[in-house]
Amino acid sequence: MQLEAMYQEVILDHYRNPHNKGLREPFEGEAHHVNPTCGDEVTLRVHLDGEGQDATVADVSYDAMGCSISQASASVMTDLVIGKSVKEAMAVGEEFLALMQSRGRDTEPDEDVLEDAVAFVGVSKYPARIKCALLAWMAWKDATARALGEAS
Amino acid sequence: MTGTLLPEELKKDFPLLRRTVRGGRPLVYLDSGATSQKPVQVLDAEREFYERHNAAPHRGAHLLSEEATEAYEDARASIARFIGAVPGEIVLTKNATEGINLVAYAMSNAATAGPEAERFRVGPGDEIVVTEMEHHANLVPWQELCRRTGATLRWFGITDDGRLDLDGLDDLVNERTKLVALTHQSNVLGTVPPVQRIADRAHAVGALVLLDGAQSVPHQPVDVASLGADFLAFSGHKMLGPTGIGVLWGRRELLEAMPPFITGGSMIEVVHMENTTFMPPPQRFEAGVPMTAQAIGLGAACDYLAAIGMDRVQAHEEALTAYALERLTEIPGVRIIGPGTSEARGGAVSFTVEDIHPHDVGQVLDELGVEVRVGHHCAWPICRRFGIPATTRATFYVYNTLADLDALADGVRQAQKFFGTA
Repeated sequence: MQLEAMYQEVILDHYRNPHNKGLREPFEGEAHHVNPTCGDEVTLRVHLDGEGQDATVADVSYDAMGCSISQASASVMTDLVIGKSVKEAMAVGEEFLALMQSRGRDTEPDEDVLEDAVAFVGVSKYPARIKCALLAWMAWKDATARALGEAS
Repeated sequence: MTGTLLPEELKKDFPLLRRTVRGGRPLVYLDSGATSQKPVQVLDAEREFYERHNAAPHRGAHLLSEEATEAYEDARASIARFIGAVPGEIVLTKNATEGINLVAYAMSNAATAGPEAERFRVGPGDEIVVTEMEHHANLVPWQELCRRTGATLRWFGITDDGRLDLDGLDDLVNERTKLVALTHQSNVLGTVPPVQRIADRAHAVGALVLLDGAQSVPHQPVDVASLGADFLAFSGHKMLGPTGIGVLWGRRELLEAMPPFITGGSMIEVVHMENTTFMPPPQRFEAGVPMTAQAIGLGAACDYLAAIGMDRVQAHEEALTAYALERLTEIPGVRIIGPGTSEARGGAVSFTVEDIHPHDVGQVLDELGVEVRVGHHCAWPICRRFGIPATTRATFYVYNTLADLDALADGVRQAQKFFGTA
């Protein structure tokens, strides 16, 4: 079965034991995103330290409801962006987006950049699930833009 | 088991069902509630029209146009016969959604139409009644009508076992009610509400009744003469017909009094630069060159279903539903969302699997070649009502077999095994 390729152990681990879950204070930006095709939802907060693109992502907290892919992706995402500058974190987000849009063709994702997120390579072969994997990332981008808007 | 199954040879009429999926697995198609597969008889009817008779109906005096007009109107007659209507009461639309919008917009447009449209006018103080189990297609158009006109939207709730809660019937449907819009069979719960009882109350207070028949007309005998409704909307693609064709049936005197929704060519009588008069129904509601091949395909689908017999179709699905409920409920952790018996219910079986999100259940099933729908099925308020994010839904049709349901039940158990929940 191809299922193991999609649901890699690292994804199931993050799904069962999500990192950084729960909504926390302080935060400068918050976003609520919904996947209208399946009803999955995420509310996500961003706390930045500093200003502009060089600000450090001090915390990302979230509350989410959805499938294993969307939940695991949110968990992996927080691990990847917390502690980085906004600029670096956005670059990682772009890399993940490119992986999701690869349809499984470019199967050599950069593990140094994406870390646990390389496990989502199997998901990119299933167009219906790509949105699940991107839900938290899109909410994070949105919340960060709001945080930066307030900061400037 | 109740109901008699249709012969399995019927499946041979559906070329798509012969294909394989996901690494050569046989296809088990359990998503006919979203859209049905098409028999060769429907595909041939469309092809023959394009190969032999293609022209714009109701235009020009050449032979092909005459043939196209005849084929289009023959299709309308087949569709009318299928639901016990007369052809003049059959408005051909894009789908059920457009049919419902046609009535909602006619009610908006009534505000500036002549006195004949009086009974369609709505405004502040008037009420439109729907139910909590509506597909978005029979909810959002009414929300929007209320927003545009200042009327109030009210709704029937759902009981814990997925039936319509009719306790407040006399309060909900009252002298202020202009229209009651409800499903004839829930696309999520499978519930078939007691239409006659609701229609009797509605008519007693002078309200109109619109039925969303998208999930009923394909699956049970429907006779508009005894239905109790004033309008019935349904889609062709859910009943073995092509996409892009649907039907709005309306009582003749109502269609006569209704202002148009979409305007343009074909629906006019006389056009001046200053003003225009409109054709009588059904042409008044069919602006533009119609979906001719699609209508012919739907006519062929109606003839195909009529040849089987809709009572046999219903009995077949009742048997499948009873078996599906039995196979699914014996799996620990499976919860049926909707009536737990096949009584007053159609073949849409929604369920949740404890600790596995429907999207993940659907993924495992898909890997096994079992195609179901997951999500809120365009009826989000139902999920909220039952406190769940989504469901997995299996829907049946003439070509499904008991073996398909065994594959479904086995797949659910495999999902539990894969995610380690059982």
